[in-house]
This record gives sequence, C-alpha cells and structure tokens, in this order.
Amino acid sequence: MIHFNRFTLDNGLRVIVHEDATTPMAVVNVLYDVGSRDENPAQTGFAHLFEHLMFGGSINIPEYDEPLQMAGGENNAYTTSDLTNYYIELPAENIETAFWLESDRMLSLAFSEKSLDVQRKVVCEEFKEHYINKPYGDVWHKMRELAYASHPYRWMTIGKELSHIENARLDDVKSFFFRHYRPVNAILVVAGKVTTAQVKSLAEKWFGDIPSGEKHLRSLPEEPLQAAPHLLEVTGKVPLDALYKTYHIYPRKDQRYYTADLISDILGGGGSSRLHQALVKEKKLFSNIDCYHFGTVDAGLLTIEGKLVKGVQMKDAEKGIQEELDKLQQTVTPERELQKVKNRVESMLAFEDMSLLNRANNLAFYELLGDAALMNEEFDRYERVTTADVHREAQIIFSENNSNTIHYYAGNPA
Amino acid sequence: MINRKQAPAIKDAVDFDVLLKPYELFRLDNGIPVYVIRSDEQETLQLELVFPAGTWYEAENMVAAATNFLMKNGTSKHSALEINEMTEYYGAYLNRNCFHENATYTLHCLSKHTAALLPVLQEVIQDPVFPEEELAIYVQNMKQKLAVNLQKCEFVANRHIDKYLFGEFHPYGRVSSMMAYDALQTESLKAFYKKQYTYNNCKIFLAGNLPADMVPMLNRYFGGSEWNGQSHVLRPDLPILPAEEKKYRIFNDENGVQGAVRVARPFPNRYHPDFPKMLVLNTIFGGYFGSRLMSNIREEKGYTYGISSQIYNFRQAGGINIHTEAGRDVCEATLTEIYKEMERLQTEPVPEEELSLVRNYMIGSILGDLDGAFQVIQRWKNLILNDLDEQYFYNNVRTIKTITAAELQQLARQYYNREDFYELIVI
Repeated sequence: MIHFNRFTLDNGLRVIVHEDATTPMAVVNVLYDVGSRDENPAQTGFAHLFEHLMFGGSINIPEYDEPLQMAGGENNAYTTSDLTNYYIELPAENIETAFWLESDRMLSLAFSEKSLDVQRKVVCEEFKEHYINKPYGDVWHKMRELAYASHPYRWMTIGKELSHIENARLDDVKSFFFRHYRPVNAILVVAGKVTTAQVKSLAEKWFGDIPSGEKHLRSLPEEPLQAAPHLLEVTGKVPLDALYKTYHIYPRKDQRYYTADLISDILGGGGSSRLHQALVKEKKLFSNIDCYHFGTVDAGLLTIEGKLVKGVQMKDAEKGIQEELDKLQQTVTPERELQKVKNRVESMLAFEDMSLLNRANNLAFYELLGDAALMNEEFDRYERVTTADVHREAQIIFSENNSNTIHYYAGNPA
Repeated sequence: MINRKQAPAIKDAVDFDVLLKPYELFRLDNGIPVYVIRSDEQETLQLELVFPAGTWYEAENMVAAATNFLMKNGTSKHSALEINEMTEYYGAYLNRNCFHENATYTLHCLSKHTAALLPVLQEVIQDPVFPEEELAIYVQNMKQKLAVNLQKCEFVANRHIDKYLFGEFHPYGRVSSMMAYDALQTESLKAFYKKQYTYNNCKIFLAGNLPADMVPMLNRYFGGSEWNGQSHVLRPDLPILPAEEKKYRIFNDENGVQGAVRVARPFPNRYHPDFPKMLVLNTIFGGYFGSRLMSNIREEKGYTYGISSQIYNFRQAGGINIHTEAGRDVCEATLTEIYKEMERLQTEPVPEEELSLVRNYMIGSILGDLDGAFQVIQRWKNLILNDLDEQYFYNNVRTIKTITAAELQQLARQYYNREDFYELIVI
C-alpha cells in the first residue's frame, strides 16, 4: 500500500506527496501529459526532441544540470508515446533546488537556437545508434505501420524518419511548449524524506505563479477494428531469420488489459513459460522467443518475437507458435498456471515499489490515468482475472484477422 | 515576488555524513559466512551465493560461463523445466552471473516464500547434473546470439579493446567464439563445478526482510554438510600481454552510419593509492552527465548521444576506457576532442567551482546508492570479495571530499598522456 496526499494549486497543477522517512533522499517528478501520440504526422519525434531541449536552459537559469549536481542531485527524463516524464533524485535537505529548477523550466525555456541545433544532432545520433546501426533495429518502425492504420502509435517515439527531426524549427518548439508544458497539463510528485506541509509551501512558492495554460484536449483518430491479417516480408542485413507477430489488445484502464497482460506472461514470462518451453527447449525452432507489450495508455500490441534456429523454415516456426496459441484458445488454462503468473505480478510489483524513484514515477503515471490511487488497486485487478477470462480473451486476441506478421529474412546469413 | 535567478541555499557535500550501515555476520554449522543487512520495511528478500568460479579459473574458454548458466538446467531430481516451474510459481527470480573472478547465484523473492524456495536453490547449487541436451541447446543459442552481436560495432569494439589491454589469453582480454562454444563438453563443466562450487569456497550475502527462522533454514539447506566437498582454490596473477600496436581502425559494416570509438590504457588496480583519486578525476573527465567529454562532444558538438569514461575495477589490473558511438564522419573528430580534453586537464587546474560540483555530485550519488538494504549489501559484497573493509570505503569518501586541484592535475599529467592510450574505431 503506497500512502500519499494530494492537492491542486490554483493554476491547476496537480501535486502528490509520498512521505517516506526511511530514506535520506527525495524525488521530484514532473510528468507532462504529452507524448508522441500527440504529434503532427508530418513532424514526428518532436515530443522526444523537445525533452532534450528542456535541458538547454530556462528563462532565468542558464544551466539546468550544474546547480542540480552542485546540490548532489541526479536527473533524467523519458518520453513515450503517451507522456513525457522528468525526475530528480537528490538529498532531501536540498529539495528546494529541485523546485527552483523544475518550476523555472515550466515557466518558460530559454529557447536557444544553439541548443536546438545541437540537440537535433544528438537525437539523430540516438536514432542511428538504436534504430539504424543495429541488426533488426528498424523492425518496430515497420511493425507499427503495419499494425496501425490511423492511431498515432503508427510511429515510433524517436520519430518516423531522421528528416522530421532535422527539420524542427524554433517556432515549432515554442508553440509546442506553450501548448503542452503548462501547469494544467502537468503532474508533480514529490516523494521521500519530506512532509506534505513542506511540499505544499514549496509548491505554492515556486509553481504557484506560473500561468495555468489551457488544458490540452486530446482527440486522436480511433483505430478501426482490424478486418484482415497483415503480413510483411523483409530481407535485411542480419545474420538470422526472425519472426514478429503482434495482436491488438486493450487500453490500459480496461479490465481486459489485465487479462491480456497475464496471457503474455503465460506465453512468455520466464523459463517455464509456454513458448520458451515448447519452441526453444522442446521443438528447437527458436533460439530465443519473447512475448511482451508496452503497457500503453491507448490500445497496444501484444507481441511475440523470436529468432529462428538456423535451418528452420519460417512456415515451421510460425506453425510452432500457432500451435501454442491454438492450445490457449482450445483448452482452459489450468488454475495453477494462472496463479503462477499472478504470483509473478505480485512479486514484480513488490520489487518495483522498493525504489523511491519507481514509486514516484508510478504515482505520476496512475494520476495521468485518472487517479494515483489506482496504483494500490493494481494487484486486485490482476487477481480478478479468471481462467475463463483467459480462455475467452485468447480467442479474441489471437484471431487471425487481428494479427500482424513480419517475416524478417537474413540477407547476410551467419 | 521570488527571485528566480537566485539559487536556493544548499547543504554542501562535505557536510553530509555518509554512513555505511554495518553488516551482521554469522556462520553456518559448516563454516560458510553469511553477511546480512536487514530491512523490515519491505516484503522482499535477496539471497546471493558467491563462488570463486569466474573466467579466471577456467582452463578452456567459456567453461566458467557455461557451468554457471547450466547448473540451473537440471539436477538428479528435477529437469530444467521443473526447476523453473518451482521458482517461477512463487514469483521468484533465480539469476546467475559469471564475472572475471566470481560467479553467483541470486534469489530474489517475497520473504513469505523463502521456505518454499530454499530447497530448489539447494538442489541447483549442490546437485546439478549438466544434461548433454541442455548443453547442446545452450551452445546453439549462444552461437546465434553471438552472430547477431558480431554485427554491432560496439560489441566488436569492446572485444578488441580489452584484448589490446590485457592480451587475448588473459581472462580480462579473452572473448567468446563459435569455436569455443563448439568445444564445450559436459565433462569439463562437471569438473569445473566440482572444483569451484564447493561449500568451503561459498560466501552468502543476504538482505531484506528475513523470516524469523532464516538462520536455521539456511543451516538446514546449506550448513549441515560438506556439500560438493572441499577444494583449495589458488589465484596466482596471470601474465598480461598488451598489444604492441596502439592504433586500430576496423570496418565491420561497410554501410555503418556510426562508429564505436574506444580510447583505453592500463591503470593500477583498486589497491593502488592513485585509484580512489582517479575515480574523482575520471568523474570530471567522463563520469557523469556534466563531464568534460559530455559537455564538449555531446552538448557542444552533437557528435554522439553519449560518451563516457570508466575505470575498470578488476582484481589484478585495472584500466581506463573512454567509449562512445559517434556519427561515422565525426569519429576522427571525436578522437581529437577526447585528446584535447585530456590535455586541458594536464595544463589547466580544475576550477574550484567545478571541483566542488563534482564532490557534491559524487557524495549525493553515494547517498542515493546506499538507499536500501539491497544496495548496502552490494557495497559490502564488493569490499568483502576484494578483502577490503569499511576503511576503504571511508577513505574513498574522504578522497572525494578533500582532493585538491593540484593533485588532480598531477594525476592527469601522469595518466592522460595520449601516447599511452590504445585507440580504436570500429565502423
């Protein structure tokens, strides 16, 4: 059970305080309700590029990192398709430094041409390092386009192509900031050796006078129900054939999401999972196989991916996977197996909650979903899933028409 | 109105008391030491068994790693699947790792399941049988993984740079290969297991929320017998044969859009008085986000997504390794800037303000690292396995708080001479 207190400033900034007197540290976490799903299709990668620019100096503070390091702090940030999150961890005595820095960059950035110029290059190198200069690095670009017809999950958070990043202009940066980076679109979480009264006074002092801004109302194109299977065949400069299959699942708040999540564990969670045991150990079709999803806010993709053992034919590998999916559809999963994946979730949540930083990140995320208190209901929602739910959802999720498949062939065999 | 240009007052690093919480030590009936950090606020537990079973001790390449990996894949009573079922049913993680010096098995679980999990851990540690079939699968899958990794410039660069520093026959410079995997035999694994994973060479590190009967339970499963017998493990230093040639350019992928840049030199191990001082200089140079290398090569020039410098803390000999992946056409320019930054540290003393920032950053980061029982036991493990005690830790903290700009400059003059460095670009 994670305890927290909550209040809202007059300008609409939501503040959550999680007190933990056992640590000497404090975490200040600022989540902005904007991700790559909010981008213009002709300017993808912008939310993430913008995250980089948030470190390029703010209106009153030329250097973000230096004063923080001076206060013994560390920080980082990440952008996903749904949100952008910034966090600081520092000795609790120096917490005001974090309020000073975060509030100034919420007030306004310095909007320096030089910073934009450098960060465009840095992000292009990030793009190359992770998605171009790496075997199979382009597969998620292809898969997203294959699986989504209209929802902005069609493109990667890093951006659809390098040129979108290269073409970013300072004017775009400014308007993006004033549209999304306003108190009314943000959630502040403060955790650690702090008191709610202390946080309240600091929050009012530093964030209280920032103009509220307008609530960004999202109206994303709805993804139509997929009506036929999609298949893409690719040959790349990779040493092994690989197979990727995805299936549309449910939005994060939907109870069926929890069933889908447990299904992914039954198939791919750990050494005793079905796909690993049947296809890596027994049939030796794959040298590795995984089943996962990204836990996105809107409906995401349940993914099965594996590399084929040399000499195995793509159709045989695919048949191997299908047989396991058929079993899940035809036979009710044993109670004990469902209990196993629930136990796995229980344990994972407990380990996640050990870190102060994780607790702060998660409180912000659940508040974004609608209510920070959802964090404490999470395990109950998994507990509610029955073997009948698994059986029913397996039939829906793994229906042929809901599938997207990439056959990735080795053009550069090992 | 608040003055936003004015930074709030801060408490300085030198004023923070950094304390390493002491461990409890008890011995099992057969003499195995158990080092413990308790923490009752959490529901979780971490139990780690450490053996002198790293690559240092193998006579054939890859035997140590394969032994470590496959102990979990079959005992005389249970198959790999059954072992996985038994641990995963309780949501537990049973991880294994093989390093240069040591190899480990670590159990992470909810404390309430400890009693159910210890018998499984006991089997894995005391009764592995190394089935032929499991080895065959392991070899096939590791070879496939290697084939993929060999296409990555950073992977290839990491292999080469360690080879230049230590020589390809030394455990620090030796790398995996298809041939080495093919040569693996269950007999070698069994022999390696028999010699290295003995009860008298085992150390246990325990942290978290312990069940009330933890000690008797540990005694029951690990303390009651001389399991796997005794062995006397010797650890003589091995000859290091660094490469003669200092500069290398390798083309791994003609169409690569980035190059892996590595600049490295030998450096003394952690027992040398320069080692703790170098940790500070290295932080300034390339050890944190605001480092000289990051400020210049990423934040000023945009050549890379990230660049950093690390100090190897291996037992026999250390090293300094500067590494980055940079745009293909700016790799050479990146090298130039790396050397320029070294020279700057040699010719100009680090400004007081920067030094003070790094002191504070490093102390803050140690405070953060010591937050939680799992982190504290990790610190202790590193000290204990290297035959060190808390004095070493406190000496490092003192060095961070008191080292002078003059000492740092002297250090740079001694260790940042470009002619001493190996230099490598892999595209």
